[in-house]
This record gives sequence, structure tokens and C-alpha cells, in this order.
Amino acid sequence: MWNRIYALFVARNLEFIRDRSALAWSVLLPILIIFVFAFAFTDENPEKFKVGVIPGDTSEGAAAAFKQTRFINFIDFDEVETNLFKVERHQVDMLFDPNTSRYWINQTSPNGYIVEKLLVAAYADSPESLQQILVEGDEIRYIDWVIPGVIAMNIMWGALFGIGYVIVRYRKFGVLKRLRATPVTAMEFLSAQILSRLWLLVAVNTVIFICMDYFVGFRMLGSYFNLFLVFTLGCINLICCGLVVAARISTEEVANGVLNLLSWPMMFLSGVWFSLEGAHPWMQKFALILPLTHVTEAAREIMIDGAGIVQISDHLLVLGVSAVILLIVGARIFQWE
Amino acid sequence: MPVILQVSNLVKRFGQLTAVNDISFEIYQGSCFGLLGPNGAGKTTTIEMMEGIKTPDAGTIRYQGEALGQQFRNEAGIMFQTTALQEFITVREIMVQFSRFYPNTSSIDELAERYALHEFLNQDTRKLSGGQKQRLLLAMALINKPKILFLDEPTTGLDPQSRRNLWKQVQLVKEQGATILLTTHYMEEAYELCDEIAIMDHGRIIAHDAPDALLAAHFDDVVVQIHAKDIPREIGEKEFQAIYRNDSAHILTGDVNKTIEHLLHFDIPLDRLRIRARDLEDLFLELTGKELRA
Ligand SMILES: Nc1ncnc2c1ncn2[C@@H]1O[C@H](COP(=O)(O)OP(=O)(O)O)[C@@H](O)[C@H]1O
Ligand SMILES: [Mg+2]
Repeated sequence: MWNRIYALFVARNLEFIRDRSALAWSVLLPILIIFVFAFAFTDENPEKFKVGVIPGDTSEGAAAAFKQTRFINFIDFDEVETNLFKVERHQVDMLFDPNTSRYWINQTSPNGYIVEKLLVAAYADSPESLQQILVEGDEIRYIDWVIPGVIAMNIMWGALFGIGYVIVRYRKFGVLKRLRATPVTAMEFLSAQILSRLWLLVAVNTVIFICMDYFVGFRMLGSYFNLFLVFTLGCINLICCGLVVAARISTEEVANGVLNLLSWPMMFLSGVWFSLEGAHPWMQKFALILPLTHVTEAAREIMIDGAGIVQISDHLLVLGVSAVILLIVGARIFQWE
Repeated sequence: MPVILQVSNLVKRFGQLTAVNDISFEIYQGSCFGLLGPNGAGKTTTIEMMEGIKTPDAGTIRYQGEALGQQFRNEAGIMFQTTALQEFITVREIMVQFSRFYPNTSSIDELAERYALHEFLNQDTRKLSGGQKQRLLLAMALINKPKILFLDEPTTGLDPQSRRNLWKQVQLVKEQGATILLTTHYMEEAYELCDEIAIMDHGRIIAHDAPDALLAAHFDDVVVQIHAKDIPREIGEKEFQAIYRNDSAHILTGDVNKTIEHLLHFDIPLDRLRIRARDLEDLFLELTGKELRA
């Protein structure tokens, strides 16, 4: 059995490495994306001002006037303590409690400075009631924030298409049929495909990660082992998604359609590019069923917050359990022809 | 000789179409069994059920008395009518891959030597010519030293030289003791290679015997062949029951002298006359009323 898996594994690896266009696509694309973000967008924050507001009466007076300010995105926060870190990291420019007229800003944040001026202007009649509280913390640059998502996204493309598309092509052109005429079993074939894709994606993305870290340099507070674990598990999960897609489809067009239907929503709704903070609650719920959300968030928590294995265990659990389910379903419904 | 593969009451339907309609036969160990029939007769469907690739709707297939299983997979060599190979892989790599699938294999260099592949061993499989690819597919089918070899139209689309070449190689395999199941729509091929032939049409076996026995059973007469231009259809069909095929009129007769006298009586020029024994092509025509290559 291991002989057969090994044989298929080697053949698939050779195919991948020699297919220049696929290789270039999977290595160059993420690097390109990162550099575009690193050099074109870091100075110019694409998001407007964000102010977190604690529930309270803002129907009249200065608080109401402040909330009328245009171009500020007011986000409802339930309490101060749990959200303070967002000010520390420049994710939110200010936290404002209308009940006590206290506000929290980060001294190093230019946006915070501007929003403070606007707040003070709104309170022109009673400036003394305002109470400033300074918090400290480094800015999380967009690049630091976006990197985990870009790696996760790259893994997603590679996993879905590398498994889904390739198996469908094998089926269409009769490669699967020829393999079926040998002692190779479906499980052996699928295992080899999973292993080959897994190690290639992990290897390629590790290289990408190291290169980007070298050139751009980004924040990494947590353990590399945990990060590796998250990306590997995410990779397995997405490969299993691809497996389910590829289980029966026999034309490239249909496979392409289904894979795009899976990957594009994930690309934009998993919080890879933009924070889901402030998004419609319905969309936030929806994001939770996308594996890419869990990979991105877990990786972000590790890299930006230095989260340990316990803090990310819920993401790991979701990824692990769904991967097992997808794998079983994929292997069950798999057809050679 | 023991039966190695036994097929009973095999049926396969595709929607309304019954592609294989209740066929049964046995293949003896060490023999070459040919399934002969025109395109669409159901040859591929039959052979693929026997290979365990397609599931029959009814009927059973037994390999050495048992249902097809892992032992069969290990001992069967299979060459499909058309096969794509993995891309970006060299001839040697694909052979190494396949040899790892089996417990008991031939040496790759030996196979490459025998099937004239050694020059291409390090070449991408997509760059092979038709004949070279067919030889590679045959070598791949033989990599596990199969006890039974399935060949589905192995020479269709090959030039005459490559075809003869492949026949020689198949014969060699047979001499080494393997059982062969072959489908073809070439009469010469079946006649050349097979010990037993089943003629298929519309999913049924319409005749089944050794090639010579088939011929002997169905005709003891010969064919007088005249160029179609030399003998007008009215005369040919009415007076001689001739069958017009391609450019020739074929007259079946048990008494050549009498037929020639008769032809002379009608002033038919005999310059282009040919007398030959009847072949499988004629047999097929007689059995089905249509031509094999149509
Ligand atoms: N997968 C399929 N779906 C529908 N019809 C099929 C399929 N495979 C074969 N057929 C039909 O079954 C008949 C027998 O086909 P086949 O076994 O390929 O014939 P042969 O190999 O003798 O040319 C043909 O009419 C063919 O169109
Ligand atoms: Mg066929």
C-alpha cells in the first residue's frame, strides 16, 4: 500500500514541479500581492476613521453632534475593557463613552489625533466635561494585519484548484481509469494526492513567508510552531474541500465553476483584506462557516496578538472536525469515472 | 486446459440502449481470445466489464473461479482503447510508477529494450508518436508479468508497419504463456493472433469458434471476384447472386469451372478475375448482412 501511495506521490510532485505555469502562479502571485500592498498602500490607509462607541444616550447634545460627523464609521462596542486593545493597535481610532464623556486614544495614531479634534469641536460648549485617557501600543500596519490572510488565501487557491482541478482533469482524460485498472485503491490514490499537495503547499508557502518576512518584515509575536500548525491544518481542510468537489465532476468547466464559486466568496468574505468588524452581523455569521476565516483569524491572533494554542483552539477544532467530515464524504462519493 | 476467465449472461445497458446483451463465453488459460465486431458492437463495454472497470447490470465474471478482486488486479495487464498519461512525466518515470503498484514486476530496462522504448526513456510521454505510445501502453500493461492481458483495439489507427510490429510483440507475450483477450475490428488481426474468435454485433455474440472452424462451418466454397465494371449489376445479382462490395463483385461458388463457363456465356471479361478462399470478412458479411469496416 505505501509503495503505491509513494509512487503516486512522486509522480504528482514531478508533475507539479515541471508544470512551470502552475508553479509560477502559486509562488509569484502572493509575492506580487504582498509587494503591492507593502509599497502602494501602507501610507495611505484605505479605511475611513473608526470610532468605537459604548452604548449610552447620544440622542442630543454634544454627543449627538459628534455622532453626526461625516466620514467617521461609528461602531457599537458593548464595553470598554474588551475593546481597548483595538485602540492600542490603531484598529480603531478612538473609543468613546457618551455616558461619562471619557474617550480613549492612542498618542501615536495620527487618525486618533484628528478624530480627537473633531470630538473636541463637537463639545465646544462644554470642553471641560471631556476626559482624555491615553493608551499605548504600536500601530499594527496593514501589512502585518493582511499577511496571515494572504498566506491563507494562497493556500486556499493551491488546495482547492490543485486538488479539485487536477483530479477532474485526471478523470476527464482517463488517467483515473488507467489507475483503476491497477491494484491502486481509491483511498490510496486520494491519500497520495492529499500528501503531495499538502507538502508542496506547506513548502512553497513557508518559502514565501520567509522571503516576505525578509523583504518586508512583519510582526510575529506568537510561536512559529503554532502558526505552522494552523496553516497546515487549514491546508488539509481546504484540500478536503477540493476533494469533495472533485469526487464526481468530470468536466473542467463545471469544476472550474464550482471551485470559483467556493473560492471567490471566501476570498472576500473571510476577512482576508478587510476586517469584518462593523460588517453586517449576518455576514459575520456567514464568515464563520468559511474555513478560510478560521485559518486567517487563528494566524492573525498568533502573529499579531501572540496568542497561544489555547486561544486558537476553537479555530483548530472547527478546522479539524470539518476536515475529517469532508474527507469522509469526499472518499465516500469518489468515482473513478 | 483450465478456464481462466468465465463470463456468464453479461448485460450492460446505457439508458434505452442495451450495449451488451446477455453474452457468455469462457477463456482458456494460455489462449488468445478475440472479440471481433464493427464499431459500436459492444466490444469495449464487454472487455471493460471483464477488466472490472465497468459494472455489469446483470451476469457474472469469474477469474480463476472467483469474483474479480485484488488478486485479479495484481495479475491482469490492461491496455485501453485510448489512454491519457499523466503530464510532465517521462517514459521511465511512468514505468517506475506503475511498477511500484505491483508486487511482482518485470525489469523496466528489459521491457524498454523489448518494446524499443529505450531511446525515449527520458522523454516526456506527450512527445511520443502513435506507435511509440502504443508500445509504451503495452509495456505498461505487461509490467506486472500479467497472467491475463486485455487489449482493446490495440492497433486501431496505427500504420501497417506498426501494426505488424505490435502483432509480433503480442505473439511473443502469448508464447510466454499469458492468456490474451483482444478486441478488434480487423479480420486479419483476429485471424493472425487468436485461437478463438467471438463475433459480436449489436451487443450479442453471433458466432464463436476457432477462426478456421468458423470459416469451414460457414462455407465450403470459394469466392470468384470480378471487377465491378466488368459485370453489370443486373446480370451479377440475378444470375450469380453476386455481392457487390467496394469495386468488386463477389460470387460464391462450390464449382469454379461451372461458374467460369457461366461467366463466359454472358461475355464477361475475365482479365481481372481472382479466385480466393473465403475469409472472416465474408463470414461477417454473411452473418450480419453488413460490412465490418463500414
Ligand atoms: N458510457 C456510455 N454511455 C452511453 N452509451 C455508451 C457508453 N459507452 C458505450 N456506449 C454505447 O454502447 C454501444 C457499444 O459501445 P462500445 O462497447 O464502445 O462498442 P465497440 O467497442 O464495439 O465499438 C455503442 O452504441 C455506444 O454508443
Ligand atoms: Mg471500442
